[in-house]
Amino acid sequence: MHTPFRILLAVLALALGTSVPAAELLNVSYDPTRELYKEVNDRFIQYWKAEHGELPRVRMSHGGSGKQARAVIDGLKADVVTLALAWDIQAIAERGLIEPGWRSELPHNSAPYTSTIVFLVRRGNPKNVRDWNDLGTPGIAVVTPNPKTSGGARWNYLAAWGAIIRTGGSEAEAEAFMTRLFRSVPVLDTGARGSTTTFVQRGIGDVLLVWENEAMLILEQFGRDQFEIIRPRLSVLAEPTVAVVDKVVRQRGNEELARSYLEFLYTPVGQTLAAKHHFRPRDLTVLKANADKFPSLDLFTVDDFFGGWDAVQAEHFANGGRFDRIFAAREK
Amino acid sequence: MSDQNAMLMLQRPRRRRPLHPGFRLTLGITLAYLGLLVLMPITAAVLKALELDWATFRELATSERAQAAYRVSFGLSLAAATINLVMGTLTAWVLVRYRFPGRRLVDAMIDLPFALPTAVAGIALATLYAQNGWLGAWLAPLGIKVAFTPLGILVALVFIGLPFVVRTVQPALQDLDRSLEEAAASLGASRFQALRWVVLRHLAPAALTGFTLAFSRAIGEYGSVIFIAGNIPFVSEIAPLLIVVHLEQYDYAGATVIAVAMLALSFALLLVINLLQRHTPGSQSRR
Repeated sequence: MHTPFRILLAVLALALGTSVPAAELLNVSYDPTRELYKEVNDRFIQYWKAEHGELPRVRMSHGGSGKQARAVIDGLKADVVTLALAWDIQAIAERGLIEPGWRSELPHNSAPYTSTIVFLVRRGNPKNVRDWNDLGTPGIAVVTPNPKTSGGARWNYLAAWGAIIRTGGSEAEAEAFMTRLFRSVPVLDTGARGSTTTFVQRGIGDVLLVWENEAMLILEQFGRDQFEIIRPRLSVLAEPTVAVVDKVVRQRGNEELARSYLEFLYTPVGQTLAAKHHFRPRDLTVLKANADKFPSLDLFTVDDFFGGWDAVQAEHFANGGRFDRIFAAREK
Repeated sequence: MSDQNAMLMLQRPRRRRPLHPGFRLTLGITLAYLGLLVLMPITAAVLKALELDWATFRELATSERAQAAYRVSFGLSLAAATINLVMGTLTAWVLVRYRFPGRRLVDAMIDLPFALPTAVAGIALATLYAQNGWLGAWLAPLGIKVAFTPLGILVALVFIGLPFVVRTVQPALQDLDRSLEEAAASLGASRFQALRWVVLRHLAPAALTGFTLAFSRAIGEYGSVIFIAGNIPFVSEIAPLLIVVHLEQYDYAGATVIAVAMLALSFALLLVINLLQRHTPGSQSRR
């Protein structure tokens, strides 16, 4: 036999030998969780091996939250989805891929870690921005992505709206405030990372409305000598949610693996990793251990305060909703 | 019909065979290919849009915001294609008619806007033209803002459309027999007249083709524009972005409404340009 042929055979045998189907999982997530899940996956694989003796594979897909949800709807075979807001998972559920009632499958409304919306300002806070009512005033330019194209930015909008209402403002006052706020936005990017670039790299704007975990990441990457985080007194509790895609895991027979993966996020190890990657942990012990990092704030939730995503979507973000009206008013 | 032609027809077998073989086969392949690649997705989009009743369709397609977005998209695309028409013809002229060091390098550079991922182009342009960018820092004191204004969109559209006119005019210019210009000169035409009536007349159809290509490309451009536009509704929001806005709301029908409206507008405009082209002096396709 010729040597090249023998090598080929050997390679084939090897390939066949190793292609015994190992348990595999596809986690479809959104952008800022890249670093978090890289570490979670490594730890989970070890954990699963210790329990079951086999090494599972976890593959990741990252992108804008809404885009990822649409990919799953259009046929991307995700076993679990870990997205920026419950509304995106709800959209998948409405198309029959996830069973209704998914939000009560896991503790804390299926949101294993949380965050909130904070202000990122330039070092020294030259415009002296302290709280929400400092925004929308002359001379202060606010950078935020478009809540219609960015799931993450919907939290920005809701944080501002809720803060005005919670401090005694009427709906008319809140709408007037939002109009002033969005009038001061010089660049309305389509995604959260785009806004970060606009604020950080292009030097545009005085305040960036941003997730707390993203703000910490910016400080880490660009240095504390350039920016600082201002936490408003009131803000929204951003709850990135997770769910098993029932239809897919049943087809592929890895339901146990998928559930165990999401439950792992709630274990002390998972919670510690979340905290390390700047998400607020749900576990009170882990939260206490990170108290310096996550000062306690007055946070309101979408469910309690706005009556859930369906209501929010219909009132604020649907065609002709409040957000569209704010922009129509912006022109006059 | 002349006698000679009649004779030829008599001599031929009754069923005339075309000059080249495989007419039916190639036509079949072409139609199937175009159907699969072009017609099917467009049909799918139209069908999706038809899920809505007419009143909703009209309301979505002609809302104030949509109209503003069409104006931005079509207006700036037209402007960008016009700039490319002039500058592209000039560039082709220089590349074909003059010999200078580095000509081949410049020639190769023309295609770069094609090769570059559009997102890279958008980010690079935004970086250059932002108020703290190399060019933006110079323009800012003059009160000229490019990045995050409609002007920025124009810059991006000119950039991505640059190769079209150059690449369509170049071969036409190479084919242009110089003896024609010499004849014009010897017949007493001034240099300007020779340029106007011989050269430009000959180049017009090719240039117009390039213009159409640059224009169509600009209308659909999303990747590069999004990074430099500012994306403010009614000001710098392009129509393709409006489609994405609808998609992010899981409003598939709404998204296809804008898509179908854009398609209809583009088709109408391209038809007009095509008709114009037929009536361009020097056009070969005139019948």
